[in-house]
Amino acid sequence: MLVSEAPAIDVSDVTHRYGAVTALKDVSVSVPVGAATAIVGPDGVGKSTLLGLIAGVRRLQSGAIRTLEGDIAKAAHRDAVSPRIAYMPQGLGRNLYPTLSVYENIDFFGRLFGLAASERHARIARLLAATGLEPFPDRPAGKLSGGMRQKLSLCCSLIHDPDLLILDEPTTGVDPLSRRQFWALIDEIRADRPGLTVLVSTAYMEEAELFDRLIVMDAGCVLADGSMADILARAGANTLEEAYVALQAGSEAGTRTAFHMPPRTARSDRPAIVAENLTRKFGDFTAVDGVSFSIEQGEVFGFLGSNGCGKTTTMKMLTGLLGITEGRAELLGRPVQAAELETRMRVGYMSQSFSLYEELTVRANLVLHARLYRIPAKELGPRVDEALQEFDLAAVADQQPMRLPLGVRQRLQLAAACLHHPEVLILDEPTSGVDPAARDMFWRILGDLSRHEGVTIFVSTHFMNEAERCDRVSLMHGGKLLAIGSPQQITASKGAATLEDAFIAYLQEADNEPSTDAAPRQPPVAAQPSTRRASGRLRASLGRTWAFARREVLELARDRIRLAFALVGPLILLVTLGYGTTFDVENLTFAVFDRDQSIESGRLVESFSSSRYFKEQPPLSSEAAIDRRLLAGELRVAIDIPPNFGRDLINGNKPEVAFFLDGANPFRAETARGYLQGVVMSYVEDLSLQTYGEVPDLTPLQVDTRFRYNQDFRSVFAITPGTIMLFLILFPAMLSALGVVREREVGSISNLYASPATVGEFLLGKQAPYILLGFSSFLSLVALDGLLFGVTVKGSPAALALGAFLYIFAATALGTLISSFVRTQIAAIIASAIITTVPAINFSGYLYPAATLEGAGRFMGMGFPSLWFQNVSLGAITKARDFAAFYREYLVLFAFGVGYLAVARLFLRKQEA
Amino acid sequence: MAGWLSNVFRLGLKELASLAADTVLAAFIVYSFSFAVFSQATGIKTEVANAPVAIVDSDHSLLSTRIRDGFLQPYFRRPALIDRSGIDDVMDRGVYTFVLDIPPRFEADVLLGRHPSVQLNVDATAMTQAGVGGAYVESIVQQETRDYLHTHGVDDQIPLTAVARTFFNPNLEGLRFEAIMAVLQNITMLSMLLVGAAVIREREHGTIEHLLVMPVRPSEIAAAKILANGLAILVATGLSLLIVVEHLLHVPIQGSIFLFLGGTAVYLFAIASLGILLATIANTMPQFALLAMPVFLVLNMLSGGVTPLESMPEPLQLAVQASPAMHFVKFAQSVLYRGAGADVVWPQIAVLSLLGTVFLAIALSRFRAMLARVQ
Repeated sequence: MLVSEAPAIDVSDVTHRYGAVTALKDVSVSVPVGAATAIVGPDGVGKSTLLGLIAGVRRLQSGAIRTLEGDIAKAAHRDAVSPRIAYMPQGLGRNLYPTLSVYENIDFFGRLFGLAASERHARIARLLAATGLEPFPDRPAGKLSGGMRQKLSLCCSLIHDPDLLILDEPTTGVDPLSRRQFWALIDEIRADRPGLTVLVSTAYMEEAELFDRLIVMDAGCVLADGSMADILARAGANTLEEAYVALQAGSEAGTRTAFHMPPRTARSDRPAIVAENLTRKFGDFTAVDGVSFSIEQGEVFGFLGSNGCGKTTTMKMLTGLLGITEGRAELLGRPVQAAELETRMRVGYMSQSFSLYEELTVRANLVLHARLYRIPAKELGPRVDEALQEFDLAAVADQQPMRLPLGVRQRLQLAAACLHHPEVLILDEPTSGVDPAARDMFWRILGDLSRHEGVTIFVSTHFMNEAERCDRVSLMHGGKLLAIGSPQQITASKGAATLEDAFIAYLQEADNEPSTDAAPRQPPVAAQPSTRRASGRLRASLGRTWAFARREVLELARDRIRLAFALVGPLILLVTLGYGTTFDVENLTFAVFDRDQSIESGRLVESFSSSRYFKEQPPLSSEAAIDRRLLAGELRVAIDIPPNFGRDLINGNKPEVAFFLDGANPFRAETARGYLQGVVMSYVEDLSLQTYGEVPDLTPLQVDTRFRYNQDFRSVFAITPGTIMLFLILFPAMLSALGVVREREVGSISNLYASPATVGEFLLGKQAPYILLGFSSFLSLVALDGLLFGVTVKGSPAALALGAFLYIFAATALGTLISSFVRTQIAAIIASAIITTVPAINFSGYLYPAATLEGAGRFMGMGFPSLWFQNVSLGAITKARDFAAFYREYLVLFAFGVGYLAVARLFLRKQEA
Repeated sequence: MAGWLSNVFRLGLKELASLAADTVLAAFIVYSFSFAVFSQATGIKTEVANAPVAIVDSDHSLLSTRIRDGFLQPYFRRPALIDRSGIDDVMDRGVYTFVLDIPPRFEADVLLGRHPSVQLNVDATAMTQAGVGGAYVESIVQQETRDYLHTHGVDDQIPLTAVARTFFNPNLEGLRFEAIMAVLQNITMLSMLLVGAAVIREREHGTIEHLLVMPVRPSEIAAAKILANGLAILVATGLSLLIVVEHLLHVPIQGSIFLFLGGTAVYLFAIASLGILLATIANTMPQFALLAMPVFLVLNMLSGGVTPLESMPEPLQLAVQASPAMHFVKFAQSVLYRGAGADVVWPQIAVLSLLGTVFLAIALSRFRAMLARVQ
């Protein structure tokens, strides 16, 4: 190593806070070029924050970091070096896209870094060969096992041939065999490219031993920094795990001993948990395949296996959460049944991911548990306090779990699972991400429960030293049990030195793979210098935008349900609303209180009942009935004909007929009033024709009313163009609103942070497929409107299409804007529903003409794209208008789209906080 | 049963705490029950108001001027004078809903008793105004002409007097209608989205599984969600009615507000159960959103709160019998506009309870199957 060379990474005095929580405190470290360095420490000590800052995906708050000879806080430097850095975020394949295939995932990253097609193909082939993923390029990433997923993630990081490789906990949750293979792969890559600097974080102490140099972290500070030997010597410990505990406590390791499980004195031979030939299928995928075991009361039974091997599914079947496809399961002597509550009172369960309420305090979570487990009120307080003490949670009792480190959260979960003193505990990876000291404490408690209280414990883990503490362990792989027995038996059965070696031997046997490092592989990274094309910036930018768009299209194409809802939903709605939304007022119910019962009154009633607008109901018998039946909503009109109506009419005494209208719906009442007058007039004309033989000359002039654009005055002609306007904002906006926020929730947004792509490219790329989808929806809506309702485009179809395109552009841009400021998917849904429906339905000339809008409504209408497209939609479909009429509308719609995107661009930052 | 109630109570308190913790969501709920209601009530005109009229006056006579002066605020804007050649253009652009074309020699022809014709162009794409407004325009033209001719005797020639009286909203103010319908539409949209999304969120965070391992029944989880979210919306509804509708918009509320809130509670049960049902069908949040949106749109648009129900085609009228929104709008219109009592509206409440029970029963039967599917 050349001393004179500038370090690859130089961190000085970096402090980072999240609100009130300090994640990093005055951290200073430096990493030389070409070195392999591991940052060691459990979750929540600031490892990920530090790596994110170094990679430039997080915003630096204070201090300075130089990565690859430049200030990473400067955007210009980040842009310049991002093609030389590969950053793989924490979490099993969190930056992968689960519905995309192995090949498509790597290809996406290749496009993002601007690799030409031929180079991409060649590199992907090499990477797949090197990582052993060659046999399944077409398998979706979501269906890979944990180990394979991490290898794929590594392929994605290496596709652009980086100089600095940053891996954040790449092996957490991966089985020991895959872990070994993974590190072997990294070694090969390093041997192949000596200049490659590798910076890795890990929670597995034994893995850290493979590295040249260690940085040991705890609570945001660097505890020790140096080679393995240095650190062991300083702490006076034999293993790194011991050294860590010692460094953490600030004392010598010798002063405390590691926890050993006391031997078990058999209490009962009655099994607490029995599984017989247990099988679970999801479609054609068998997650658990004929698993049988029996766990005695008071036994500690360990469950080993990689993520995705069926451990969690087995545990869920035992708790009754998942149905059993085949076989039988028994818990405490009773068959497992979903509906049975008695057994559940006697079982405690802790799921793999945190599944208590983030928004309740630690104490409130425990109290909720205690109540649900029917712990009597007077015992409740002491019991919760006791749990807070026992699990060392008293200090954080009034905090919300979302602000606490993972280890503390796991302790809370265990406390909740033990609160009701269950006879059986089912714990799914309770110690993932928990620091060694806390894990020791965890096992002390488990030991105590098992040995003193006779609690049966069924626990899954990735840590071999934990497995060794179990009375018996079982190895699971690919849905099948490979071995079952005491740790000693299993180790002996393969003649191995350690349980881990025995486990690996079993796994290799199951996979029929002779040996990990025997097959000579191709070097994973190209030996020749990169041939990255120095093409124009615009071209590169378009390439990245296309990469995002192409990926979104692939994902959308895989989610058939979402696609179907998005395309078929509007069509169904068009049919329903086209038929259902009608302003034609018909079938007005009326009843008559006829106090005259003469021929004349009968004729008046008849002129109403023969009108197509009115529908006669049983007559009214009293004045009180008028009120009653109007009140009940039975009648729209009540007609009160006075006594002697006929006689007065003939005698010219002008009898008074009263019409009582239901004004609950003013539009209907107003229309009904007009109809009434019409019917009365025609009655008078008929009467006069019969009496005098002529129609009286009541009107001095004739008004010829021409209903333009809609001669038959049918609602569909007025409604459906607006309905199309409505759907073309609701659906595209909702779809694109979920786009960005979903990537944020899932974690794949880190690809934006770590790649040379700009926020603008990301937003446009994500938006483009939804514009296309919206436009297809537009075409299908117009076609159906013509076919079903006969509402065809009378004007220029091209002018309508251009308007629709610009409108959908604005709608998806609005969705993108919503997506960029909300934090959760629920908020995105509610926000886009409220933001779009209110102005689109009410203030855009859909049901109520825009020309009559006033006040706030007028501003809301003008300030929203819908009103402008409504002009185009109505104009082109019913009013036979052409391009020339819509210049202003086109301009305004385009301006809305660009404006929304510009604001979205401001909200979305290229770095995390 | 005591255990059931106690669990529902505990989980309900938890649900309220979750709701209170999401400030963005709370802000949107407040917005939609306050400003959104206000702007919808004041912005929308279902009655003929402020209608834009233009006149092509080829006569330039006293009578034609008189007709022009006959268009009064607030029903019509002051009519603009345009050229005949401009009719197509202004109507195409939707600038005027009504264009009255008065021919040359109109006044002279009237005086000679020749019954001349005036042409009234109506933009029939403006459905809510065209029909009623057209009739208004016609009666204004006739009335002004009669007054000009001093033929007051028209009424005498009609042998009967028709007196129309409108119950419940004598001046037929659209605002009264829109204000309350806006509140109802919010109830539908928010309760369905809130409760449904809350189920999906618990599923995505794994907390619902955790509950099901405990001695808790799916029915308790569902009931707690319905009760807690329903309570929040019920309170928002009550405040919105009292503060925004009654106090700010001066809309008189005829019936008992307690009866209304009681019925709303039953409606919330029905619509929230429907939300849970939809949540058990969708796999992810985007799917839920795409599924729920058409449902609440149809419920709102075909509830009788936007367009009259009796004009819909028969099969659709039959289909909306399964829509809780339709029964609720009927109930709300009876209570709030007509001041009806429980003796009148009990059938709607009964139907709503029945629909809610059916939705909930289907949702609960799908609950565990839903958990298995997300694997």
